[in-house]
Amino acid sequence: MREVAVIGVGMNSWGELWEKSHRAIWTEAALQAIEDAGVDHVDAMYVGCMSGGLFVGQEHLGALLSDQLGMGPIPGTRVESACASGGLSFRHAYMAVASGMHDVVLATGVEKMTDVDGAAATYALSTAADQEYECYNGITFPGLYAMMANVHMNKYGTTREQLAAVAVKNHDNGSLNPLAQFRGKVTAEQVMNSVMVADPLRVLDCSPITDGAAAVVVAPLDMARSMARSPLVRVAASAHATDAIALHDREDLAVLSSTEKAAEGAYRQAGVGTSDLSFCEVHDCFTIAEIMVSEALGLFDRGSGGAAAASGATALDGKIPINPSGGLKSKGHPVGATGIAQIREAVLQLRGECGDRQVQNARYGLTQNMGGTGASSVIHIFERA
Amino acid sequence: MTGPARYWREIPQRYRYEAAKCKGCGKVFFPPRTVCNGCRGQAFDDIRLAQTGTVETFTVIRVAPSGFADQAPYAVGIIKLDDGVKLTAQIVDCDPEKVAIGDPVKLEFRRLQEDGESGILCYGYKFVPAT
Repeated sequence: MREVAVIGVGMNSWGELWEKSHRAIWTEAALQAIEDAGVDHVDAMYVGCMSGGLFVGQEHLGALLSDQLGMGPIPGTRVESACASGGLSFRHAYMAVASGMHDVVLATGVEKMTDVDGAAATYALSTAADQEYECYNGITFPGLYAMMANVHMNKYGTTREQLAAVAVKNHDNGSLNPLAQFRGKVTAEQVMNSVMVADPLRVLDCSPITDGAAAVVVAPLDMARSMARSPLVRVAASAHATDAIALHDREDLAVLSSTEKAAEGAYRQAGVGTSDLSFCEVHDCFTIAEIMVSEALGLFDRGSGGAAAASGATALDGKIPINPSGGLKSKGHPVGATGIAQIREAVLQLRGECGDRQVQNARYGLTQNMGGTGASSVIHIFERA
Repeated sequence: MTGPARYWREIPQRYRYEAAKCKGCGKVFFPPRTVCNGCRGQAFDDIRLAQTGTVETFTVIRVAPSGFADQAPYAVGIIKLDDGVKLTAQIVDCDPEKVAIGDPVKLEFRRLQEDGESGILCYGYKFVPAT
């Protein structure tokens, strides 16, 4: 396999982008990444999108979007793995370059979620769970994560305050991110007094509905060196694991085993451990998710992720900063785009281009993108080369 | 609009709680599967699920999906049946705020959702407190 580098990144300002179409949002981010990379063509492209069909009534995105980009007949592939579609799109671009099949590849993600009303958006998101044996019985997506939270609280003593600490920290970070959907800070009291969605999760424990896109360009590391973009960011590891789609089919509801498995593979490939990481961008679709992911990545022992979040260990100036971008919680969560935006943040952090939210002396960064209630998990590790 | 076949073919599970037990390793699947994910066996015995169990976890749904709006707030839990099978279902005939992990419950046949656009009545299992 060839070594691979990320040579360009792009992302537009996320939010409720009523005046812009699905294809316009995507093209904006893709052009930015191509310009940042300084290339005049790409050999292939991947687009991560959870549900073009249910959100905008449009499938066949590989062909549609490569045409929109003016890249005509190149192979364009749409990748779907629910909320992990973006991370998986990147993984396929990485594999295409590492294998020698293609040289310059565009990896993208997009979701346009506000063309439908709240009920339709909720339905579209719920298709990441088991339609016949979870959703048919009246559970919602926040409800599934709420059931995981209740197990975690019951088993390990995780508290309501610790959940709130995740939201407060991510909004603090997001307030420093000019592209974030919600740049306002929140207090623990505001989180704990916000509207209850599914006990114990309140609306400020949940990531929002967002329109947005993100894109990156990958190329062989050797070729990237000759293009002289400095510092270079190398892909040190790419891993992907799956689990039962229905939460009730899992042995231990307080453990995200697909994330544990993918992390194990990623650390092995990169030849690094948790103490080598300078920061992590993780899938905080709900506050409890960030706590459980931080444990599954091995950053903290099982059951101690909540206490770690409350202690400040995951803050921008903490022992291991988590979600310096503001995470899904503050930056927004256009599902298919999220995994790519995490990678963009990792690349900018490693280049030292994150301004007020810069993690000092960042050398290794990890991204973790998750589908459904953890039925898929995609992890990448990046290194400042 | 979803046609009736999608509901009809799940009737053995939703009305009669039919599950499959792997002849190779004994793992029980609900709903039945073609391949056992424990031993990859493809031969199963038909069994009927246990009708009692305990609440492994739960939540109270305040913002309900379409088809359930008239029932909110309501409790939904993951129930571990006495035969070890776990399933997701509503917990009813009780104050949703008073449900707790470890509560004993028993399975009952109920109407689950409002009529959808296709006018199909959706039935299935819910759990009630076992006292």
